[in-house]
Amino acid sequence: MTVHNLYLFDRNGICLHYSEWNRKKQAGISKEEEFKLMYGMLFSIRSFVSKMSPLDMKEGFLSFQTSKYKLHYYETPTGLKVVMNTDLGVGNIRDVLHQIYSYIYVEYVVKNPLCSLNETIQSELFRSKLDTFVRSLPFFSARAG
Amino acid sequence: MARQGSRGGAESKKMSSELFTLTYGALVTQLCKDYENDEDVNKQLDKMGYNIGVRLIEDFLARSNVGRCHDFRETADVIAKVAFKMYLGITPSITNWSPAGDEFSLILENNPLVDFVELPDNHSSLIYSNLLCGVLRGALEMVQMAVDVKFVQDTLKGDGVTEIRMKFIRRIEDNLPAGEE
Repeated sequence: MTVHNLYLFDRNGICLHYSEWNRKKQAGISKEEEFKLMYGMLFSIRSFVSKMSPLDMKEGFLSFQTSKYKLHYYETPTGLKVVMNTDLGVGNIRDVLHQIYSYIYVEYVVKNPLCSLNETIQSELFRSKLDTFVRSLPFFSARAG
Repeated sequence: MARQGSRGGAESKKMSSELFTLTYGALVTQLCKDYENDEDVNKQLDKMGYNIGVRLIEDFLARSNVGRCHDFRETADVIAKVAFKMYLGITPSITNWSPAGDEFSLILENNPLVDFVELPDNHSSLIYSNLLCGVLRGALEMVQMAVDVKFVQDTLKGDGVTEIRMKFIRRIEDNLPAGEE
């Protein structure tokens, strides 16, 4: 099992942070375009999922998977979106994504008054804490399966 | 305020409520020195509160694990019973709902911000705790709710209780970012 990459979007669709660990193939477009593409897809799938739902739903869109990878999605009521791509062996990781939000984003970005909330996160501390956290996850493994 | 950073107990921090109250007092005093009239001080307090609120909501969501509220009544409950409890150590009561259910009052039996305060005569229009209004407005704006918040009663002005009136204005819809097909 492994973690491929992670995106953090704010409520306006700005990519606050991106990091990757075990990504063997790039999208072949600029990072800006990739972020836009990703956010556009998330935006559409969210509205699609809630429109099509036969029941009143609470959590909405959680994850999707292809034959090669699985995309996990977590959104806070404030509209912060955490997106993590892993391989197919990883189960439900909502609590992990919530921890990234509450232990890392809130602690090292929101509580840092010098960090602006609506632009790319520059904080080195945030980066290193996030990296350590992800590397310590039980399903993180440097070798892709 | 006896604010507890309860993150699984490991890093609980407590702060003296007196220090908190006195710090807030020092802040208001400085604003009164910096600005000529009380309206400007009220405005500054509201603005500062707003800036606190937009960040505090993230801390609140991270700690409380509260999800999205379904209606304004639930929001009122969460504000009074969870948020005020967590950050100020008090639980205001919720009363005076408007018939349409879009307006209510928070009654604060005792307001920890004003423990040592008496308003001098030359500051009769100062809304001493106006920071709270800004905090509530900022925090709710981040969860897509535009609200109007104001003090309608204040023990500092001789009223029996402190009353904060909150009015729901509208839901803020999120839009697709510009430049997106």
